[in-house]
Amino acid sequence: MDKSEKLALTLSGALLVVFFGAIMYAAMAKNIDVPTCITDMDPFTTDTLFQTGPDSYELQMVARMWAFQPSTVRLPVGSTVDLYVTSQDIIHGFKIEQHNVNLMAIPGAINYMRVTFNKPGEFLFACHEFCGAAHHTMAGRFIIEEGGS
Amino acid sequence: MNEETFRFSKSNRTLIAVLIIIPMVLLFIGVYGGLMQTLFRAGIIQSDPFVGGDYYKGLTFHGVLNAIVFTTFFAVAFANALIPYSLKKALNSKVAWTAGILMLVGSVMAAIMTLIGEATVLYTFYPPLKAHPLFYIGLTLLVVGSWVASANWVPMYLAWRKENPGKKTPMAVVGLFTTFIVWFIATLAVAVEILFMLLPWSLGLIDEINVMLARTLFWFFGHPLVYFWLLPAYVMYYVFLPKISGGKLYSDMAGRLVFMMFIVFSVPVGTHHQYMDPAISSQWKLLHGIFTFAVALPSLITAFTLAASLEYSGKKNGGKGLFGWMWKLPYFDKEKWFFAYMITGLLIFIFGGIGGIINASYQMNTIVHNTAWVPGHFHLTVAGPVMLAFLGGSLYLISQFMNKEVRLKAWALFSPYVYTIGLLIMSYGLKIGGLMGMPRRTNTGASYANPDSILFQADWMIYINLTVVGGVIMFVGIVMYITSFFTTVFSKSKEGEAEITFPISEPLHDEPATWLRNFKPYIVIAIILIVLSYTPVIYDVLQATYGGSLPYSPDSPVPLR
Ligand code: HEM
Ligand SMILES: [Cu+2]
Ligand SMILES: [Cu+2]
Repeated sequence: MDKSEKLALTLSGALLVVFFGAIMYAAMAKNIDVPTCITDMDPFTTDTLFQTGPDSYELQMVARMWAFQPSTVRLPVGSTVDLYVTSQDIIHGFKIEQHNVNLMAIPGAINYMRVTFNKPGEFLFACHEFCGAAHHTMAGRFIIEEGGS
Repeated sequence: MNEETFRFSKSNRTLIAVLIIIPMVLLFIGVYGGLMQTLFRAGIIQSDPFVGGDYYKGLTFHGVLNAIVFTTFFAVAFANALIPYSLKKALNSKVAWTAGILMLVGSVMAAIMTLIGEATVLYTFYPPLKAHPLFYIGLTLLVVGSWVASANWVPMYLAWRKENPGKKTPMAVVGLFTTFIVWFIATLAVAVEILFMLLPWSLGLIDEINVMLARTLFWFFGHPLVYFWLLPAYVMYYVFLPKISGGKLYSDMAGRLVFMMFIVFSVPVGTHHQYMDPAISSQWKLLHGIFTFAVALPSLITAFTLAASLEYSGKKNGGKGLFGWMWKLPYFDKEKWFFAYMITGLLIFIFGGIGGIINASYQMNTIVHNTAWVPGHFHLTVAGPVMLAFLGGSLYLISQFMNKEVRLKAWALFSPYVYTIGLLIMSYGLKIGGLMGMPRRTNTGASYANPDSILFQADWMIYINLTVVGGVIMFVGIVMYITSFFTTVFSKSKEGEAEITFPISEPLHDEPATWLRNFKPYIVIAIILIVLSYTPVIYDVLQATYGGSLPYSPDSPVPLR
């Protein structure tokens, strides 16, 4: 291996290590993670939303052909939501516009992510996995309102 | 210098031509589907003559024909040509034809089921959407055919090694064996998924299916699948490109190292497609993420080695200074049209590679997963470098094996440039749209891009329209290619019997690299890594899922039984 080749190899390796370090930093220090295995939750078949603290909520969402239930969720600014998603039929997908939430809704499993809504506004979530003939109409919105709850 | 030539039997020449021409027709149907998709998505059309109003049937065609059928056929045809050539050994034509026929029958079965609307499940065929059993059987035959084809090359290679002790295996053979070793390991998982889960379930022999398990097996296959696409292109880059550009391969060892690294790291990474899935612990997702970064390394080495090789060629052609060599490459040399297919691919792959690292970056995947970003990304890989290399390779193979002179060379030469311009525009539209939240696999024209719909997203429109502009330009590029291709196919053959030759590069730096001479240790390491990385994932999936799923059709929310 000649000198420039060694250098290129080292730099490439170093670049990847730096990228990976950034991922670890985000995971460890900033707590930004991907969904993990949920085993402490009973399967649910209907949607519920309830308050668990002054600014915190738990939302159990059900995806089915071709709607999310609930499809409109109104919450005050500053709410933190423990979001559980499952599917009643086939695979669906769920991503909230402008927020770090992206979950596959899969029958036979429960998916989870926590999200905080810091901005008022309407945030679309469109089903992003092909789920049949009317897949493109399957969507909903979080409506985040200014002022107290 | 006189090129080495090799004679193939007539039957083998015909087979290789068939394995190139039929998938080319299918690719053209698939690409037409791609153009229609961009029009559907923008709301410009609501139906087309081929699939009617069923966007998703068209999308299934597009994915299956372009990404699975065309690629597999090309890889097999290419190896059928290049392995015998490199080893100077005759191909067993009975086995090769059996393989080819299995693949053809399988593809036609899968295509017919899709066409009659019995398999609108997209190319990932996730349950519990159910396809007709013949769709699954067709895909199985395609895969089994490719196994039979590759089994044919093993005795040739073993005999060659016996006859040539201490000699380095030709780079082309190393690359192609790598391709098919990766393919074999990967397809085992999808074979299990189809034969033990999807097929019996689709036939009604079993009632329910574990959707997460099927999905996990699919992605065990699905990631290495992308290397199965990429590796034949790498073979062309390492073996042909330096020679065609007028120089030598910068480092022989780098090439060999790259291929071995692909054997080791191609498979234990599949869960990076499931970062957003339930029922898999995040630490195992992270582990697959680490291996994904490891498999990025051979591509970075490749970038260096190829750039260094091109620099050498450019300087030999009279290029001066730090960057002067860049202008001394045969970009617009009609006789070297093949170069255009490789250089455009490499340019596109810069963007494809960066996008890939973004997707692989664990949490960052949250922003892009399943948005339009993703097709934006993989058109810069599979529909970029891979397809362009395969198109260049197909035209070359057809001219060699049918003993023809390439016709309409100017069309063939400019096609990849036109296509690249369109591709960059389309991918830009898809990627930015995706970052704004636009979902993939979605007929946006019927909702998000329809001003009369309550779901209308005005700020996505400019990006959706960009995909139309890009898609039309890409299509024009492909039409230019297809015109040259079929004009060549139907032109008069040259006098005499075909003597096959390939532009094989010599190395500039050549080292013994004895530790890279044998596949075995690398296959063993790969198996160990696969067991280590997949055991916990499968365990999680089995213990964190409940119930099974009945089959569904895409047309109704009520299960089929
Ligand atoms: C004129 C050329 C092409 C155009 C205009 C085009 C356009 C598109 C578009 C707009 C999508 C996204 C559809 C959606 O997510 O709703 C798509 C998906 C896709 N394309 Fe292409 N494409 C072209 C060529 C190719 C080629 C050559 C390949 C492979 C070799 C390819 C492979 C794929 C695959 C695998 C998908 C994903 C299908 C799925 O999500 O199930 N495309 N294409
Ligand atoms: Cu859906
Ligand atoms: Cu992957």
